[in-house]
Amino acid sequence: MTLQIAESASLVSPDARARAHAAAARDSLRTEPRAVRITIIALAMIFLTVFVVLPLVVVFAQAFSKGILAYLAALAEPEALAAIKLTLLVAAISVGLNLVFGLIAAWAIAKFDFRGKTFLITLIDLPFSVSPVISGLVFVLLFGAQGYFGTWLREHDIQILFAVPGIALATTFVTFPFVARALIPLMQEQGTQEEEAAISLGASGLQTFFRVTLPNIKWGVLYGVLLCNARAMGEFGAVSVVSGHIRGETNTMPLLVEILYNEYQFVAAFAIASLLAMLALITLIAKTVLERHLNEGQDARDH
Amino acid sequence: MTIEVRNLVKKFGSFKALDGVDLKVDNGELVALLGPSGSGKTTLLRIIAGLDWPDAGDVSFNGEDALAQGARERHVGFVFQHYALFRHMTVFENVAFGLRVQPRAVRKDEATIRARVKELLDLVQLDWLADRYPSQLSGGQRQRIALARALAIEPRILLLDEPFGALDAKVRKELRRWLRSLHHEINVTSIFVTHDQEEALEVANRVVVMDKGRIEQIGSPDDVYESPATAFVHGFIGESIELPIEVNGGVIRLGDRPLRLAADGLVPGASKLFVRRHDMLVGPPGSGAFEGAVQHVRNFGPVQRAEVALSGGETIEIDAPRDRELRAGDTIGLEPRRYRIFAG
Repeated sequence: MTLQIAESASLVSPDARARAHAAAARDSLRTEPRAVRITIIALAMIFLTVFVVLPLVVVFAQAFSKGILAYLAALAEPEALAAIKLTLLVAAISVGLNLVFGLIAAWAIAKFDFRGKTFLITLIDLPFSVSPVISGLVFVLLFGAQGYFGTWLREHDIQILFAVPGIALATTFVTFPFVARALIPLMQEQGTQEEEAAISLGASGLQTFFRVTLPNIKWGVLYGVLLCNARAMGEFGAVSVVSGHIRGETNTMPLLVEILYNEYQFVAAFAIASLLAMLALITLIAKTVLERHLNEGQDARDH
Repeated sequence: MTIEVRNLVKKFGSFKALDGVDLKVDNGELVALLGPSGSGKTTLLRIIAGLDWPDAGDVSFNGEDALAQGARERHVGFVFQHYALFRHMTVFENVAFGLRVQPRAVRKDEATIRARVKELLDLVQLDWLADRYPSQLSGGQRQRIALARALAIEPRILLLDEPFGALDAKVRKELRRWLRSLHHEINVTSIFVTHDQEEALEVANRVVVMDKGRIEQIGSPDDVYESPATAFVHGFIGESIELPIEVNGGVIRLGDRPLRLAADGLVPGASKLFVRRHDMLVGPPGSGAFEGAVQHVRNFGPVQRAEVALSGGETIEIDAPRDRELRAGDTIGLEPRRYRIFAG
């Protein structure tokens, strides 16, 4: 605090001439020629419009190209409803699992020191660095008819591939890093002092978690869940490999979009796609709100 | 509650944070653990609190083995260096925390908890801040809330880690006095860690000086200042002049110059001579044990601090009263009023 005052005092003290001089120097350093500025901004805007805004507009334009009734009818198709239901179910399962796993992994990494910690951190990122198709294939290798557990599963009459469990597993794998990634830096920064304080005040492990740890990371948790959910609902590659594309049964929304499109049912395809696009927009807005909360927490800590 | 620590050893990798520490704290004492950073004082405090575990040794409270209990069962109030207040709770809820997490069987009802928190906030004179959040408080206020929170569980022992470390000088002075009177009022056995000698000497009944994981001296503030037991304590507490000397055949030499100081009973060999800055008396040239040329003089209130180049080659700083003005270029004689020599 005193340091800041001293600094600002020394900034104010030079005489006006020196100040004007400094300002001029700063301007010439910061300001590109007008033409360059306009060109750069225009390029950025054009790029964004062509690659981001335009596709979004096209999705909605196509979806409503035969009118709102056709749009609603396409969404009311049993196949479409089944896909929406399946997508919601799979997202709920994988977000739930990743919430628990992500919390545990972040807790372990942020609050304890152990051998192999760096390896674990690297491993958490694996699903991000592997192509989703390969993630799907891994499950085929494990649970497919020719796979390692295939025979055992068939004997016990358990269906994993081409059914909800397979889709949920593949989605969970692909979306694993989101919650953990959101929490690790947050929890590392917060350290363990508040937990130690809680325990020395007589709180049990669970009380410490629910009364101290969780409230401190709640915005981070929501942030991770939000991104995890967006990816879970939109996942195509891994799910495509394990789903089997059984109509009305194992088609998620992204898979159904592709099928409908290939069958030239453009309105139906884009109607489903518009739902996914809306999910993206809602996610963006929620993300902005959450980021504000996260930054506020940061500021409060810096004081 | 008495605390007894026996032969405590704690290693972090190859670093020995505690290297055989023995300490006994009597009921109602206010003890300071004083030492430079890395001396093991915070580790010792955390082991007593149950937040860390020793590799060897015993800790007992009133004769019972404390290491058999976790931090949760030890009933020790711990005030963290950076307070560790729960940032999402109000001041009131922070103080109430220890009462709210008690097992259902012994938990007080809401009215009792409220009354107790109010009482504690009155004790630390911050009842008007009950609805604020920690981020809205000043450092000194956070410190006092952290103390109130630790006292809420009626701890058997109060442990404070660098309680004033993060505060500015003025607030620190006020809080020191306040902590001492608070201790007088509640009279719970307390240990605090500090690297600030003034703090330790002013607040504590007893001072434990630590260095490199070992206890160098335990004594009253007067003891450690007036009769330091080791070279480290002399150098660390109070402002000391430290001179490398050689004891040989009943003569003390600084460089190749013999000093007019008695060498009776000293172990021959390389040693260190310690003198407090204000214990160097200034006289005319040739009058004392040392002789030197004044290089530089600055005035600090009642004293003048002079840099003196001794004829042995060393340069020292002395604090002299201002009745006889020193000037750069003066040649003076210096006689240590009191001094200590430590072998090694």
